[in-house]
Amino acid sequence: MPESRTSIEIRNVYKLFGPYPDRFIEAVRDSGMNKAELLERHNHVLGLSNVSLDIEAGHIQVIMGLSGSGKSTLIRHINRLIEPTAGEVIVGGTDVRALSPSELRAFRRTSAAMVFQKFALLPHRTVLGNVVFGLEIRGVPREAQMETARRWIDRVGLAGFEDKYPSQLSGGMQQRVGLARALANDAPILLMDEAFSALDPLIRLDMQAILLDLQAEVRKTVVFITHDLDEALKIGDRVAIMQDGELVQQGRPEDIVLSPATAYVEDFVRHVNRGRVVKLSALARPESGAPAALRLPAALPLADAALRLVEARLSFADVTDGNGAVVGRVDLDDVVRTLARSTGETAGSNGPPARLAG
Amino acid sequence: MSFFDGFPVMEADTLTALKKAIDGGFRAFTREFGATVEDFFLPLRSFLIFVERLLVTTPWPVVLLVIAGLVYLASRSLRLVAGAVVALMAIGYFGMWEDTMRTLAMIVVATLMSVAIGIPLGILMAWSARARAVLLPVLDVMQTMPSFVYLIPVVMLLGIGKVPGLIAVVIYAAPPIIRLTNLGIRLVDKDVLEAADAFGASAWQKLGKVQLPLALPTIMAGINQTIMAALSMVVVASMIGVQGLGQPVLKAIANQYFTLGVFNGFAIVGIAIIFDRTSQAFGRRLQKHREAEHA
Ligand SMILES: Nc1ncnc2c1ncn2[C@@H]1O[C@H](COP(=O)(O)OP(=O)(O)OP(=O)(O)O)[C@@H](O)[C@H]1O
Ligand SMILES: [Mg+2]
Repeated sequence: MPESRTSIEIRNVYKLFGPYPDRFIEAVRDSGMNKAELLERHNHVLGLSNVSLDIEAGHIQVIMGLSGSGKSTLIRHINRLIEPTAGEVIVGGTDVRALSPSELRAFRRTSAAMVFQKFALLPHRTVLGNVVFGLEIRGVPREAQMETARRWIDRVGLAGFEDKYPSQLSGGMQQRVGLARALANDAPILLMDEAFSALDPLIRLDMQAILLDLQAEVRKTVVFITHDLDEALKIGDRVAIMQDGELVQQGRPEDIVLSPATAYVEDFVRHVNRGRVVKLSALARPESGAPAALRLPAALPLADAALRLVEARLSFADVTDGNGAVVGRVDLDDVVRTLARSTGETAGSNGPPARLAG
Repeated sequence: MSFFDGFPVMEADTLTALKKAIDGGFRAFTREFGATVEDFFLPLRSFLIFVERLLVTTPWPVVLLVIAGLVYLASRSLRLVAGAVVALMAIGYFGMWEDTMRTLAMIVVATLMSVAIGIPLGILMAWSARARAVLLPVLDVMQTMPSFVYLIPVVMLLGIGKVPGLIAVVIYAAPPIIRLTNLGIRLVDKDVLEAADAFGASAWQKLGKVQLPLALPTIMAGINQTIMAALSMVVVASMIGVQGLGQPVLKAIANQYFTLGVFNGFAIVGIAIIFDRTSQAFGRRLQKHREAEHA
């Protein structure tokens, strides 16, 4: 049985959609045929091309990318709703591809709960009936089902709607039913395919808070697809960006904002407010000389750090970790430069941006 | 030359020999297994007789009340109940109560049998492409073959009586429910099924918790069609000894009793409409969750 913290490793996964994927896998893998060529020449769709991604247990991995770039395809490989054409998907040390049908069912019942982009609620069941569904499949006693379901319905703000049918709810409410259904299962892995996309901004903030609270309590391994960069940067421990079935960049949110690997990624991060996303830790350099007059926590966003430095009329400060120990130093120059610089200058680079600029 | 004059036909002798061989074979089969087949259908016969007796011997006000109650439970419509009661009273007043009860018994048993056979077969068709490939042409034959043709072997095997009549009715009435069960299950939203898969549902759990409930309105439409098909077989079934509203019609045809034919014909129409409206109203009630009425 997988323990409560489960890592996910995706290794060199390819997925071709069409009647004869095996016939063309080599063309893609060995000759590097891309999505457009495969479609034109062989009429197969390249869903995923050589995707490798390590998702650490207890972390939130965000996946972004334009429509059709393969996000939903990738997330469905984790619970094997889609079989890879080639490659491995290893969850908690087990190769998902090797599971027998009954093992796969057990894995899905207990290890991975999913929220669907299109909600996929059971139209003939009430809100309550939908939320107990996963528990029912697992054979949880009826009373415990009800209790858990009511708790989650309450938590996603749908108390009082238990007896409504999905068709009687708005899109955002339906999406929260899907969310409650997945959370009620209390699986160590949460697969969330655009789970917040239909929510209005206020409820969306609410749901993000629920997810982050939950994460502080139980630390699930979460795979979270979103089109909203601010959301990605807010909740993601790691962000991966997909394009035409390929994973073009992955890393910490600030790495991606500060040094986008390609023009495509750059387009994604162009409008992000770096002052709020990038943390001071990204600019810390080894300290030298006498201690600074000001100490700032490493997790402080750049905009706040700049303000503190300016207010204190200082040109540099020491950076401290969670325990208050000094871990480095930042210069106001670097902070301002990073805030002001257009992302274009660093495209293609991967090194620490402050060093490159300085 | 002669090739174009007439269609090249098998030698007359060979053809006769072929027909004789097949008939002979079937007759031998009948002699050998007729009794066994009859025994096999014995429980069915007792059940049919039981239902018939129940309907015929129970005092008519009780039957009327029960039918009115059932119509109300299924449709929740007092108008429909009133219509059904008036129709049945008229039928009774014109002296057709007993025949109507016999026909009703036949329809009820034939429908139950069709459902018992048809739903599992429909599920099988939805699950297995091979089962579908085999069953589809069989269903086509069952529905289009003139009923008189399959009456022949049935009568050869089982003689004249209630059971062969019932079998003939079921052969004609079962295909709609088989087809619509299959269709209903296939029409279930793929996204919803995927969600059931994602939560680890087994094939049976998917069937019981997702596919059948969502297919139910379609299956109900199949049951409705099955009932109508069974009613349309009443006269044919009476030719091989099934009692009920069909027999007076046969007599009317033979003797040109116009009024007798019309009365019994309208009685059949009457119960057809009651069945149809009631089962449709029931089907609509099952679909209540589809109405979008925002809270
Ligand atoms: N079952 C399928 N058969 C054929 N092609 C498919 C199938 N599923 C997905 N695809 C193709 O794979 C590609 C990736 O689709 P996917 O649904 O993963 O995109 P996505 O990144 O989730 O997009 P969106 O943001 O619109 O949800 C698309 O080109 C799509 O047409
Ligand atoms: Mg998608």
